[in-house]
Amino acid sequence: MSGDFDKAIAVFTLASGAAAVNYEVNLFFTFWGLNNIKKNKGRGFIGKGVLARFFNFLLGGRNNLPLSRLNFAGASPGLMTNLMKSRNVATLPELFQASIALGVNFYACEMAMHVLGLTRDDLIPEVKDVLGVATFLELSKGGQTLFI
Amino acid sequence: MSRINLDITKDHCPMTFVKTKLQLERMDEGDILEILLTAGEPLENVPRTVTEQGFQVLETLQVKGDIYKVVIKK
Repeated sequence: MSGDFDKAIAVFTLASGAAAVNYEVNLFFTFWGLNNIKKNKGRGFIGKGVLARFFNFLLGGRNNLPLSRLNFAGASPGLMTNLMKSRNVATLPELFQASIALGVNFYACEMAMHVLGLTRDDLIPEVKDVLGVATFLELSKGGQTLFI
Repeated sequence: MSRINLDITKDHCPMTFVKTKLQLERMDEGDILEILLTAGEPLENVPRTVTEQGFQVLETLQVKGDIYKVVIKK
């Protein structure tokens, strides 16, 4: 998965919904998608190397996900969250926690972590493993794969 | 054997069946779950998804208006 707020909502809605009806769900987080599973929810100079630390600061964590459209310099995700709350729809943190509670498997992309200078310790403990594409494809064999 | 109530009348997809599933997971075999839900998507999907997962829907009754009660046995 990628790292936009609206796409993260789509991912965790599908993931928690599918897990609730007994599907095995495996999520593979790559590049900006890693922002969803960083231990640090906000901005932080994490990672190895000056450029990587700078990138990680600008990218931030799961509290900093931008909308893919109409982001308005980061104001929209908060407005959208308030709108969702007022409509009694689950917010992104709720969908995220529900996915974890239902045993959705989180996997991090080894190559993207290497580029961004991140280690396993920079990610939340719920991340099951750090994998390459080949291993993830092996895992998802026989199932449906969605790119969100 | 215990009876547990769950009110999902204010929830929407996917939290309706997510909350149902999480509650059922916490219960013991033979326990009864009484769910309050609204007509439409929740009433169509919650009983169907729990049946698919091998739980038993004992009864579905209209409480009032579009509020329904679904009784499920784990």
